[in-house]
Amino acid sequence: MPEIVIANRLRDGLVVFMGIEKKWVERAEDCAPAEDEEAAAELMSIGEVAEANQEVIGASLIEVEDRDGVLTPIKMREAIRAKGPTVRKDLGKQAGN
Amino acid sequence: MYRYDEFDQALVTQRAKQFARQVERRLSGELSEEQFLPLRLKNGLYLQLHAYMLRINIPYGVLSTKQLRKLAHIARTYDKDYGHWTTRQNMQFNWIRLEDMPEILLELASVEMHGIQSSGNCIRNTTADEYAGVAADEVEDPRVYCEIIRQWSSLHPEFSYLPRKFKISVTGSPHDRAAVKVHDIGLRLYRNAAGESGFEVFVGGGLGRTPFVGKSIREFLPPEHLLSYCEAILRIYNQLGRRDNKYKARIKILVHEMGLEEFSQRVEEEWERIRESALALPQDEIERIRDYFAPPPYDEQPEDEAIFNRHREENPDFAIWAEQQLAAHKQPGYAIVNVSCSPAGRPPGDISSGQMEVMADLADEYSFGELRVTHNQNLVLTDVRKEQVFPLWQRLVATGLATANHGLISDTICCPGLDYCSLANARSIPLAEKISTRFSDHDRQKEIGEIYINMSGCINACGHHHVGNIGIVGVDKKNSELYQLMLGGSAEEDASLAKILGPGFDEDGIVNAIEKVVEAYIALRDDGERFIETYRRLGPKPFKEAVYSAPS
Repeated sequence: MPEIVIANRLRDGLVVFMGIEKKWVERAEDCAPAEDEEAAAELMSIGEVAEANQEVIGASLIEVEDRDGVLTPIKMREAIRAKGPTVRKDLGKQAGN
Repeated sequence: MYRYDEFDQALVTQRAKQFARQVERRLSGELSEEQFLPLRLKNGLYLQLHAYMLRINIPYGVLSTKQLRKLAHIARTYDKDYGHWTTRQNMQFNWIRLEDMPEILLELASVEMHGIQSSGNCIRNTTADEYAGVAADEVEDPRVYCEIIRQWSSLHPEFSYLPRKFKISVTGSPHDRAAVKVHDIGLRLYRNAAGESGFEVFVGGGLGRTPFVGKSIREFLPPEHLLSYCEAILRIYNQLGRRDNKYKARIKILVHEMGLEEFSQRVEEEWERIRESALALPQDEIERIRDYFAPPPYDEQPEDEAIFNRHREENPDFAIWAEQQLAAHKQPGYAIVNVSCSPAGRPPGDISSGQMEVMADLADEYSFGELRVTHNQNLVLTDVRKEQVFPLWQRLVATGLATANHGLISDTICCPGLDYCSLANARSIPLAEKISTRFSDHDRQKEIGEIYINMSGCINACGHHHVGNIGIVGVDKKNSELYQLMLGGSAEEDASLAKILGPGFDEDGIVNAIEKVVEAYIALRDDGERFIETYRRLGPKPFKEAVYSAPS
């Protein structure tokens, strides 16, 4: 299962992902998932360095899948982090704020 | 209400400045998250699913309009234009930026507010009856003692690192609206046979993964011994409570494992040692604090309900709302007004900045500039002249705060759940929304009568599911949400813990199951019997049959 790195950004706590250019991005869609264990370990090591540098908190690997062309975390908890509260569609990443 | 003296203000302002420096050091990378975590928790700052969450204390739920306007300002300026009332009568903001925290804490300090001890293993905000000081059935005002407890427990050096968090609640009425029997310490103010007021003390109650109803450890405690007795309980707990296992660290486990008799004996021994110490409360100090809670300048004119009654006759919607939302006031001509923050199809306890501002205006105009937050996640205006209830209601209607569901099935208690909380296993708010929508018809709600539904998104029970007449707890089962149905809980003077009825359901299934429980109750109840009474009379069997039997 493909994996990406998720974390909360230190200064504002917002959810971020390790993006295509190995920089933190705010949307899961802007990630290139690691397709094997080796790639995942490499992605995670970049996340760990960022955490040690106090850029983010709680960097971790999560499994994702392509759902209707959108890269979506498998676990509901992480899917909610990637989109925003299911009860407030006007808030969070799903609302672009 | 209580106003900060110079010591309170100095302490809170100093703490805000201290935390500002800690935030600065964290942002610069000088402090790691491991080092910063205990510091931020000491100021009520959590990291949740989407962002930081700030919990702000509202001592025993009493709020001035100045404070409420400040909360509205913070919601609008630093958050996403809304806040959330919690079951500890506090407010939470869900989208706080760490870099804004120094400013936010200074803003809060300017109106005598903070997040100190709203998190961590210390004595949390003491809660009270939301009708304190005005309830027609009240024996004595619990706010006086809540304030004394607040002062004693604030930054108490011995009790800043307890085995686990510690919650105290006080009621001064025989009808318990403060859930005192499910607190670490619950205090019930009453008058004994000699006519003296004092406390019955309950200990070791609580919810979470191992729920207990509190046990009566002292039948009558004179008020002058309140602090020495609480200190004795806390000291024994602090010394003997388990620190090896977080899940067994609350006082309820100590009392349960040790037995009430031995625990009580140890408390009594300690109390004997300290009861005449500096902790003994002189009567003049109690009176000094009582002065802060003196009744407002009520209009003493004889009660004239003609205008109120005429409005009721002319406006059926107003009559419906008034019948549901008003409670008896001890002062003739006045009413206690419950304002629901749980409208149909919306998250219980959420309130927008605009609504906060309107509520502050209404409290200034109609209720002597004060409000109460309830553990049911609603608001109360305590002192409204009856003939002014109608214009007040018109403003509530225009603000979306005129839902008539106080004590009815759609007025649920609900934790933030997996939509916000990093501890949750399942969402809870969507359930609350579905239930309040399913049962939104007022006539149907009235037919069902008094019933409390409480729901939590995990076993930590922030939504008090064990003491709901109907309780729901969400669990994660292979990445899908499963909800367990519990029946028979009560948080009132007849406190009891709900029991799981049978196998769990998915989100739609649980709403249908509740409907079946309600239908069974209506079919089985005696005249005038509330749900909880029917359940206690008949037990779970007929409800189990109604819910789980195959459709015929």
